Amino acid sequence: MNMLKTLGIAVLIAGGAVAAAFAQDGPLRIDITEGVIEPLPFAVPDFVAENGDAGEYAANISRVIASDLSGTGLFREIPASAHISSVTSFDAPVAYPDWKAINAQALITGSVSASGDRIVVKFRLYDVFSGQALGEGLQFAGTPSSWRRMAHKVADAAYARITGEGGYFDSRVVFVSESGPKNQRAKRLGVMDYDGAGLQYLTDSSSIVLAPRFSPDGGRVLFTSYASGFPEIYVMDVGSLQTRNLGQVPGTMTFAPRFAPNGRTVVFSLEQGGNSDIYTVDTESGQLTQLTNAPSIETAPSFSPDGSQIVFESDRSGNQQLYIMSAGGGEPARLSNGAGRYGTPVWSPRGDLIAFTKQNEGRFHIGVMRTDGSEERLLTASFLDEGPTWAPNGRVLMFTRQGAGAEGQPSLYSVDVSGRNLRQITTETPASDPAWSPLLE
Amino acid sequence: MKYLPKALLLVAVLGLAACNNPDRYGAGGAGGLGGAGGIDSSGLGDAGNPRSVAYFQQTVGDRVLFPVDQSTLTAEARGILAQQATWLMTNADYAVIIEGHADEQGTREYNLALGARRASAVQDFLISQGVTASRMRTVSYGKERPIEVCSEEACYSRNRRAVTVLSAGAGA
Repeated sequence: MNMLKTLGIAVLIAGGAVAAAFAQDGPLRIDITEGVIEPLPFAVPDFVAENGDAGEYAANISRVIASDLSGTGLFREIPASAHISSVTSFDAPVAYPDWKAINAQALITGSVSASGDRIVVKFRLYDVFSGQALGEGLQFAGTPSSWRRMAHKVADAAYARITGEGGYFDSRVVFVSESGPKNQRAKRLGVMDYDGAGLQYLTDSSSIVLAPRFSPDGGRVLFTSYASGFPEIYVMDVGSLQTRNLGQVPGTMTFAPRFAPNGRTVVFSLEQGGNSDIYTVDTESGQLTQLTNAPSIETAPSFSPDGSQIVFESDRSGNQQLYIMSAGGGEPARLSNGAGRYGTPVWSPRGDLIAFTKQNEGRFHIGVMRTDGSEERLLTASFLDEGPTWAPNGRVLMFTRQGAGAEGQPSLYSVDVSGRNLRQITTETPASDPAWSPLLE
Repeated sequence: MKYLPKALLLVAVLGLAACNNPDRYGAGGAGGLGGAGGIDSSGLGDAGNPRSVAYFQQTVGDRVLFPVDQSTLTAEARGILAQQATWLMTNADYAVIIEGHADEQGTREYNLALGARRASAVQDFLISQGVTASRMRTVSYGKERPIEVCSEEACYSRNRRAVTVLSAGAGA
């Protein structure tokens, strides 16, 4: 429950009225790795408004929870119109037969109270068919403006209890918002909740910006900008928007930056005289270290979660393939061996998989493979899919999909690591280059 | 742009559906002539004047094209670049930025690196022909600035290019 001690919000166990701790191997359980075919039916009646001021949040919070859970493809909401009983008091006994009758296997109830600049959200999760609570009740308190985050936290807790996996709903995505014709694209950085809500722009569109990436704590963003007229890497503090150039090496281009897990080292590509190699820079000392030294293109580096290795792409074999090397450099080992070209590798936060973009026979794919190159699986196929980013729990990938031709706009999609549940993320403008934050604190 | 205080974020969330004001993201935008490098190419001059920028662009030819995923100069490209070199040595007061570009058939980072290779290949050739290295810089746009927007080889072949962009004041 560490992740719930957060939001700048107090998290408390909500009272002793809750049933005893529930066995984790109880019947209400989704095993994600089994490849779920039939989504688990659940009900989330409108949260109870404890006072007048809470009314505007109570229904909205339950809608966001329902959207989070349904959006995974693992759950199916039973709509309110089918409910037999309503929940009018958070502490009233649950009318299990009424929820059983409509086949709601999971029930989420909650309440909201509001006073001044503070709202308190309580919730409980019930396993309807065994007639008991699943885990303890929880409560979150925070400012009214954080009501969405509180809803995401409730959904994360429900998801975690039912799947046994960490949640990912209380997270953000930094991306490139695009406008204008394809041959004169304006680009700017935006950040939004993982579901597309709460958009905030981080830059204007006066310079081309590319491929933003969060720091491990989510507080900073790395990106490539043409602000100087030449591509260089920058780091921005998301709170203050203060931005600093990290890549000012005269006569070079710097691009494809990504943080190491320590949040201090940045790995990136530096091009000089037409040749791109991989370097690291210490963001505190400015110390630059060259990790590869080859006449081929070495780019798109990504650290393993333990910081010991780097996966990257290189065309040293004649076309783009994936390689792994030690975090200090040295001889890399080739990872990809199938037909076609492989690029933009990203190490899963769980450490078990590497996601990538694959081009083969005129199509683009998002795929995953194990860290020894085995068990390659392609999850998507289209005219142009590229640039996967992992959800904080390593179960979902987001990426850019662009249509063909003058009218072909880029947009953000997500897909389960199983290959199921392909969904488009709603954005105000055409969008590309998503990067997922860690779970927020 | 200022950081939005927390209180404003709520408004932003609730107003999301209504936030389709194009002015919010339509401002500014990079772009320019030739390869879109944001280079100010004002004063093109008369294309009939062999010392004009317009003459360089239209008669000498300011760009060379590349085969798929290649940065090697074709015989045709070498011919154009040899003429560029001659012109540049005659008109020594122009600075040069060589833009490398790729078509959309590739990932973003790789295309940036590929565009840099192309720009560098052109620069190396111009140096070999006698153009002073210190007059030139390269920049890669990867697949960010196509000139043709169809998704067919007819367009791709024109997007896989290196453009020699002139600006005044070489300091040469």
